[in-house]
Amino acid sequence: MSASTSERLGARTTAFVALSRAILNGFLRDRSSVFFSVIFPLMFLVLFGGVFSNQGQSRVDMIQVGDVALLETMDAETREDFEATFEVTESDDLDAALEEVRAGDADVAIVMDDGVLVAHYTLTDQTKAATTAGALRAFVDGANVGALAEESGADPPFAVRFSSVEDESLEVIQFVTPGLLGWAVAMSAAFGAAATLQGWRQSKLLRRLQLAPVSTRTVVAARIVVTVGIALVQMAIFVGLGVVAFGLELSGAWWMAVPLLVVGTLCFMSLGLLAGAVTKTQEGAVNAANFLVLPMAFLSGSFFPLDGAPGWLQAISLAMPLRHLNDGMIDVMVRGEGPASALLPMGILALFAVVVTLISARLFRWDST
Amino acid sequence: MAAIEVRDLVMTYGDLRAVDEVSLDVGEGEFVGVVGPNGAGKTTLLEMIEGLRKPDSGSARVLGEPVWPRNPRLLPRIGVQLQASSFFERLTAREQIRTFAALYGVPAGHADEWLSRVGLDEKADARVEDLSGGQAQRLSIACALVHDPEVLFLDEPTAALDPQARRNLWDLLSGLNESGRTVVLTTHYMDEAEALCDRVAIMDAGRILQFDTPTALVRGLDAPVRIVVAPGQLGRDEVARLPHVLDAEESEDGTVLTTREPGAVIGHLAEHDLLDGVQLRTGTLEDVFLAVTGRDYRA
Repeated sequence: MSASTSERLGARTTAFVALSRAILNGFLRDRSSVFFSVIFPLMFLVLFGGVFSNQGQSRVDMIQVGDVALLETMDAETREDFEATFEVTESDDLDAALEEVRAGDADVAIVMDDGVLVAHYTLTDQTKAATTAGALRAFVDGANVGALAEESGADPPFAVRFSSVEDESLEVIQFVTPGLLGWAVAMSAAFGAAATLQGWRQSKLLRRLQLAPVSTRTVVAARIVVTVGIALVQMAIFVGLGVVAFGLELSGAWWMAVPLLVVGTLCFMSLGLLAGAVTKTQEGAVNAANFLVLPMAFLSGSFFPLDGAPGWLQAISLAMPLRHLNDGMIDVMVRGEGPASALLPMGILALFAVVVTLISARLFRWDST
Repeated sequence: MAAIEVRDLVMTYGDLRAVDEVSLDVGEGEFVGVVGPNGAGKTTLLEMIEGLRKPDSGSARVLGEPVWPRNPRLLPRIGVQLQASSFFERLTAREQIRTFAALYGVPAGHADEWLSRVGLDEKADARVEDLSGGQAQRLSIACALVHDPEVLFLDEPTAALDPQARRNLWDLLSGLNESGRTVVLTTHYMDEAEALCDRVAIMDAGRILQFDTPTALVRGLDAPVRIVVAPGQLGRDEVARLPHVLDAEESEDGTVLTTREPGAVIGHLAEHDLLDGVQLRTGTLEDVFLAVTGRDYRA
């Protein structure tokens, strides 16, 4: 390497480091940027991970009025199953129990009426009502089958056993962490690019840099490196908090989430550039980025899984880059799929980034007027 | 060799000829002002000379180098302050100038020196958003000078400043072309151009109407001189007897005599012991503007 080449390289490095530091400081000192890219998504993580993770175990409140033979005759194992579904309190006053059910303080009151188990329940919560009815019937049938089998000495002809295909530790936090992380990264990458482009254009800093001996490549590289760095810190915080506080368990190829996240960051930076290119003010740019990212987060399964969504909605979501980022992250971080499963999402995100960047470049203006 | 050579620059926005065949030569070490009302085309002209905009036609060379397309050899040799305060958001004054210094490969210590030279030592740790208008302009100028450029462009450095801050900035600006640096500044303040510049280009509607030293411009006006005599000293009859007076009128300041022979009139006033509180008003660049455009100058 000749002396002048290394000198030029040195100068470029100095400029790159200075620009990166300036951009990073600008971000860290902007409280609302830090809030929306780190703290706000973390609040969702705490909410989903800490609060809703117990939702699956929410039991049916049952009031048992007087003696109920079904409950008394259960063996220990059945009783345990029963109590996993129903939380039983005992009472002697049927009217008071019915009043409680009516008021929504209890879900069902059971009483024996001449050998028949009568369940008084409310239809206010239809899902719970159906669960209650189904579960009670199952326990009654089970008791009947048991009694008949004992009488005849024969095993029942059919049996059923349930087994989840996922790891048994799979909980809400497993799905929520990659999705929320995807949303957080999408938001900070898009906002960062949009706000920088608009802010620099308005203050004429873009023009000023055009007249400094620093190449566009160096400026763009500094912005990208800072944004990718922020994304990786977001990942460290999310995964760290998930593992330490909420029992998140990463599967084998989780490290593939790093390159996936890098490509995802580029993709959302390009959307931010687009937002910055089509708007005239910094507020407008941030709003436009928000307008792109927030609905996308809902439609891409960042907040809740799309499994229950209608087909047309799922089809729309496939056009959204965030959907592919989320899918890829869930695959490698918690579903235990191999590293190669991230390649297709990465390809789609990269393609998206290239196309949107080209469009933004066409729309690019140096000046705000 | 001229530091700046501008030949027939034209820039059109739609139907508007923002810059209309402007030619201009600026010598090395000269301090030149481009002055004119808002919308005269000053900024567009300056941005074409800096190499920010491609002219529709014509050419500009700075230090012998073509400015368009973006000329990396030229960039380290010129310094620019654009019309807005072009700062990195939320950095302190010191971080700001050090960042610009790094872009030019200038060490941080040198950047700090410039901060002192523009009197911002005390504000070094203040964020740029917390600087006053005058302080921000000083920082902006320091950032333009941090690599000791041979040619400096300042676009309306005193716009939006209060009169006191504007005067303070003049002290800084007036020394900038010492040591042979060429300075080009735009302003819409005629007094500013007159006070700071070796030569002034008067611009209006995209054209440069006059380009000369302020003294030569005013002299070229051949405008009559106004002599103001303190109120109550001159009676109507005495005025009538004064030689060479073209016009006389009473104003709040006193009697205003208009003449092309100020020497003779003042001699006459001296004879009659009427020189106490006499004021001499010669033409200003605003008069020059009026003479060449036929319009009163309004910045």
